[in-house]
Amino acid sequence: MRAKRFLPLLAFALLAGLLYKGLSIDPTALPAARLGQPFPPFTQRELISGNELTEQALLPGPALVNVWATWCYSCRVEHPYLLKLAQRGVPIFGLNYKDDSVKARDWLVQLGDPYRLNIVDEEGVVGLDLGVYGAPETYVIDEAGLIVHRHVGVLDASVFARDFQRWFPTDSVPASASVAGEQG
Amino acid sequence: MSVSRAGFLWALLSLLPLAAWGVIETYRFSSPELEARYHSLSQELRCPKCQNQNIADSNAPIARDLRVVLYEQLEAGASDDEILDFMVARYGEFVRYRPGVDRNTALLWVSPALLLLLGALGLLWHFKGRRVSSPAPLTAQEREKLERLMAQTSGEADP
Repeated sequence: MRAKRFLPLLAFALLAGLLYKGLSIDPTALPAARLGQPFPPFTQRELISGNELTEQALLPGPALVNVWATWCYSCRVEHPYLLKLAQRGVPIFGLNYKDDSVKARDWLVQLGDPYRLNIVDEEGVVGLDLGVYGAPETYVIDEAGLIVHRHVGVLDASVFARDFQRWFPTDSVPASASVAGEQG
Repeated sequence: MSVSRAGFLWALLSLLPLAAWGVIETYRFSSPELEARYHSLSQELRCPKCQNQNIADSNAPIARDLRVVLYEQLEAGASDDEILDFMVARYGEFVRYRPGVDRNTALLWVSPALLLLLGALGLLWHFKGRRVSSPAPLTAQEREKLERLMAQTSGEADP
């Protein structure tokens, strides 16, 4: 009899616990289906040179593949940090996703070019093979060209320190204090 | 004469369905069977960007891309399973509104049965509890005492 009296409280506690856990889960975070797989094969143009480019150009890793476009506001936000990473020697390849190549080249001239090479993906076919659903997204490929990490959204120092640093030798990584410290 | 002709032309113009010139995605399917499969698959595939819509309802660019892929693969003769596998390989089990049973989705699949079972158990417990709490029948001695008390109180109430 006494146990039954506490049943609603128990049910409430269970539900509250479940909902509380739900608060800390990011509903927009998608599982990356391509983790552990090689970068999908492609043959596309390079943005600046116009030369033909295949997935072989990304090797050897580790390297970043950054999905960006001039229509993407967040890409503008993360651009200075990409420049900083490139300065420290982190290899970054761009995937210019569903963009206008003329505008994209203008962007790189005006804001600086952190990319070793840029894959032109006007139709979004490489993006589709990769499982891209927006920009910016940043992937890490390892020495063998396998996709080992995916980050959706703006890449900054705190994200880099948390999820990316281990793939790159520490001496080539910008101090996370500079930007992460400001963000608190 | 010319006025009435202009009026007639205006009347004709007003009959034109302007909305028909809106941008509507149309695919030409080689068979009605393919079209039916297109509709059922586009409703079963979830838009990766706008997560509570299927790709048939969503206006997101990625949903449009996936519809194009769906159409092309259907016309190329791919089976439903091949198309779903293609999507899952890129966007994960997430893109299916009816995901396959695996470690992550097991709870999702068994929870209706589990809840039903819990509900049945709760009901059972409830009724069992009621039966136990109903008073046991009075013994002969108790009934006698009750009648005596009743007679006593009614006597007091009626002076």
